[in-house]
Amino acid sequence: MIKQITVISGKGGTGKTTLTAAFASLAGNAIIADCDVDAANLHLLLHPVMTSKLDFYGMKVASIDQNRCSVCGLCRKGCRFGAITENFVIDAHACEGCGVCALVCTQEAIVMKEHKSGEIYRSMTRFGPFVHARLGIGEETGGKLVSMVRKNATEMAALHNTDLIIIDGPPGIGCSVIASISGADLVFIVTEPSVSAIHDLERVIEVAAHFRIKTVVCINRYDINKEKTAYIEEYCRKKDVNVVGKLPLSEIPTKAMLEGKTVIEYKDDSFAGTVQDIWHRVHSGLISE
Amino acid sequence: MRIAIASGKGGTGKTTVSVNLALSLENVQLLDCDVEEPNCNLFLGHPLQKVEDVGIQVPAISKDKCTSCGKCAEACRFNALAVLLTGVILFPKLCHGCGACSIACTKGAISETIQVIGSIERSASHTHGIELYQGVLNIGEPMASPIIRTLKGHIDNSRTVIIDSPPGTSCPVISSITGADYCILVTEPTPFGLHDLMLAVDLVKDLQLPHGVIINRYGTGNDGVEDYCSENSIPVLMKIPYDIRIAQLYSEGTPFVLRMPHWKDRFQDTFRQLQELTGRF
Ligand code: SF4
Ligand code: SF4
Ligand code: SF4
Ligand code: SF4
Repeated sequence: MIKQITVISGKGGTGKTTLTAAFASLAGNAIIADCDVDAANLHLLLHPVMTSKLDFYGMKVASIDQNRCSVCGLCRKGCRFGAITENFVIDAHACEGCGVCALVCTQEAIVMKEHKSGEIYRSMTRFGPFVHARLGIGEETGGKLVSMVRKNATEMAALHNTDLIIIDGPPGIGCSVIASISGADLVFIVTEPSVSAIHDLERVIEVAAHFRIKTVVCINRYDINKEKTAYIEEYCRKKDVNVVGKLPLSEIPTKAMLEGKTVIEYKDDSFAGTVQDIWHRVHSGLISE
Repeated sequence: MRIAIASGKGGTGKTTVSVNLALSLENVQLLDCDVEEPNCNLFLGHPLQKVEDVGIQVPAISKDKCTSCGKCAEACRFNALAVLLTGVILFPKLCHGCGACSIACTKGAISETIQVIGSIERSASHTHGIELYQGVLNIGEPMASPIIRTLKGHIDNSRTVIIDSPPGTSCPVISSITGADYCILVTEPTPFGLHDLMLAVDLVKDLQLPHGVIINRYGTGNDGVEDYCSENSIPVLMKIPYDIRIAQLYSEGTPFVLRMPHWKDRFQDTFRQLQELTGRF
């Protein structure tokens, strides 16, 4: 059975990618997947060498043939996303590809066109195979691309005879987050003791609970505000969510990042040691199930 | 003037900039468009009142009239409908509320009902002269854009409008920042920050929005961001130093201009710079 762990944070910038990269370097034999397709960063630490590339087609986009259009206005009236301009041109950013305009047009002036909205890459890294992607600027299909990345990761796991997939998830609680955690065996939330991070943590825990996925929490920079850290621990206890570790405020993650390394590779025994402990706790919990 | 605050990467200080800028100016309307994680009010603590629910029009299928012909599911490009012998089922989380199914149904079996996916709230009293509006996406709902569109309908052009956008460069960000007179991109001086800033710059260039950069946690990391900005003639509007006091105030939910009032002048200077750059007031 392949086990999948998704690292998320709700709020961005709490250290999610730093930890995912560290886990990747500790796991040994795992497939690594970057599902933060909107602002992918993991590759900056993993330095992947691409082995193959796949175009990603999201929703089709409407296109109006001006020669056939009789400017009757039906399409514009039917479009619920405000994607058709007064001159009957489609605003590709706003178009959700629902096809209503093409349905209502009596002149057959509208066709739905394939639209490349991103790319998926399979790569090799010093820690193992890596799947990542790039969503085109202003594209909507985050959730769908995330699912595609995960599908590729599962295929690669079979190919490489691996039973673990580590996923770097996106921020927030919407479409892409849901796509990145659904069917996962464990959601690993990285948070920090600040009012915003806590607010987002509470929402993210609810999302994971909504989809009935086992969840653990790691508190990063816990020493910035010890009261808030205590609050998080208490909150997690009430929600039956395990706090698997606390990391201090440290320059190590940034310093390691500047060298393109994971915190495990960067020479600092205490920080790396704590991360290692967290990983062992999480990993043994994952395989004992 | 409408100022959008965006960032390619989350957690760089977008909300910090939005709130502190809002507190430094007069007659401000602050729109929190980060509907997945609306955090501005954690720093303002305004009592909020609900203005409206935001819903999408989803199909309701009449069992009596439906013949299970399957035309609705065929028309639905989001795979939100499945036709069984016994009738049609809707997967509400997949439905975009586009209306294609009701157009496609020739049996008159589909009417539409509103499914609430979130809400718009506003500050009941405007402490510090800020009128705050925020959108809230309900837990488990995937679609942020309808809420952002509704939220932006409340823009009051008689005020200085500050729009706190969601992170990233995808569709909800576009919904948030289009129509702004200027876009401030907040980043941090690290390789991650630079990488995501470059994506954000691509986006604002694509939308032809005038833009500049605020570097947060200045003093950590390296010079990559500054070098990039000067090479690409992007103005660096402000540098907020890495300062443990700012980090601690942030963790408590206190906007730092309230404790370090000289920063209000800095934000006002930045605002004047934007007025000059855009010719708007
Ligand atoms: S419905 Fe067809 S004919 Fe009418 S305005 Fe739209 S594209 Fe033109
Ligand atoms: S496909 Fe849908 S969203 Fe796109 S323009 Fe047509 S009606 Fe509007
Ligand atoms: S198109 Fe109308 S009649 Fe046909 S399956 Fe759908 S709801 Fe039923
Ligand atoms: S409203 Fe649109 S998305 Fe929803 S079920 Fe009907 S066709 Fe599908």
